[in-house]
Amino acid sequence: MSDVTRAEVCVAACAEVWRDAGEVIASPMGLVPAIAARLAKLTFAPGLLLCDGDADYFTDPTGAAAHLEAHIPYRQLFDQVWHGSRHVMMGASQLDKFGNQNISAIGADFARPKAQLIGVRGAPGNTVNHPTSYWIANHSPKVFVEKVDVVSGIGYDRARAAGRAARFHHLHRVVTNLAVFDFATPDQRMRLRSLHPGITVDEVVAATGFVLAGTDNPAVTLEPDAEALRLIREVLDPKETREREVPSAGKS
Amino acid sequence: MSVDDVVAELRDGMTVGIGGWGSRRKPMALVTAIAKSSLKDLTVVSYGGPDVGMLCATGKVRKAVYGFVSLDSIALDPHFRKARQAGEIEVSEFDEGALQWGLYAAALRLPFLPTRAGLGSDVMSLNPELKTVTSPYHDGEDGEDAEELLAMPAIHLDVALVHMNRADRYGNTQYLGPDIYFDDLYCLAADKRYVSCERVVETSELAAGGPPQSLKINRMMVDGVIEAPGGAGFTSCVPDYGRDEAAQKAYAGGDLFVEASR
Repeated sequence: MSDVTRAEVCVAACAEVWRDAGEVIASPMGLVPAIAARLAKLTFAPGLLLCDGDADYFTDPTGAAAHLEAHIPYRQLFDQVWHGSRHVMMGASQLDKFGNQNISAIGADFARPKAQLIGVRGAPGNTVNHPTSYWIANHSPKVFVEKVDVVSGIGYDRARAAGRAARFHHLHRVVTNLAVFDFATPDQRMRLRSLHPGITVDEVVAATGFVLAGTDNPAVTLEPDAEALRLIREVLDPKETREREVPSAGKS
Repeated sequence: MSVDDVVAELRDGMTVGIGGWGSRRKPMALVTAIAKSSLKDLTVVSYGGPDVGMLCATGKVRKAVYGFVSLDSIALDPHFRKARQAGEIEVSEFDEGALQWGLYAAALRLPFLPTRAGLGSDVMSLNPELKTVTSPYHDGEDGEDAEELLAMPAIHLDVALVHMNRADRYGNTQYLGPDIYFDDLYCLAADKRYVSCERVVETSELAAGGPPQSLKINRMMVDGVIEAPGGAGFTSCVPDYGRDEAAQKAYAGGDLFVEASR
């Protein structure tokens, strides 16, 4: 038995999102994606630019020999977003089969929502301008729904309807605590791409509120290699914050 | 000017733009004075933080215009949520980049600016006043359809309130932190512009305090300067001070007018 935890598999799977992204801003939202983006920059995606949470971008994601390499205040960040030089990994309170995302509000009546969330934020602009992936730490039918309440980040059906102006729309991957998904079907629906080690198709289907494509022959998500594991455990996340988002059995 | 002088200039029903971002460099001294005043029915335009929450909790807001409302280290502002979930306020929720575009259009005295940010999303249906514009330069020769873009309408402000690190008495102001956010656009988009600051200094001192590009908002863009040390409240105003997380927690817990330790 491998001693690799599920959280570590998730870190490696999220890092893969930025493989071949080139020289772009990687904007991870969430603990696991934040570790993943730094892992990607340290290993196979050195071109990534990573923000310190404000407007400064540093060279070395370990922090050991970090030099300021870019200063991108919000005004310029929107320029980069609209220019397309960014790949964001957002979260979602709801996500549907075409990849429509909701981070705005829950409930049928927007004038009086059951739960007000953060707001659409930059999700409409992100998804229509540059590649977007999603990280869902708790894969459940409450998140993966037939129809989201407020379309914030747009999915493939909405992008198609928006026509040529939405031609830069690209949903790359959805990574969850159970599996990895893409949208590589003829009508661009969410498709099971790989199951994390130990997870079954039935578990994923039961946790998803719409019919999934790709359930016949899914691959198994690759585990991080020895060097990636060392970086995750010793350099990037020695305090195991990743366990807070994806707890191992027996830990909490 | 004093904080109270600014409040005296405001009227019920005005559209007030509030600078800063989330829980960063918010003009909380001014916001608190409005919250404690008899003003009502305000339209508040903001990259929302505790400014929006405090004004909602005190019944000052008829309508909020925003892309998000967040306290940064506390993801959601409970006072704003409560007002929304009770159906107490009208809202216009836009993509945060499109919100910038609305302020920029108002600043440039244009009716709108085109953008992709919002297309296909429920921002379009939840704000039925939004219209699209088809590229007038499309000749069809490439065999492609013309691009149909969101015509983001100008967001004109009656009043802009922002908080800076330094200013002189003429309205030349200086930010010393990492980001001006959209404060200069708020000033250009508004009829009346009031800037609170940590310290009023002589004009001759401004250049010594930071690089020339830190002098982004100048006296052409400002109608009144208010010296208000600690005027960002518990929100961050680096390098003068960071966020007072304990005070923010108390605010979120219901202690609306908690004093930040500065």
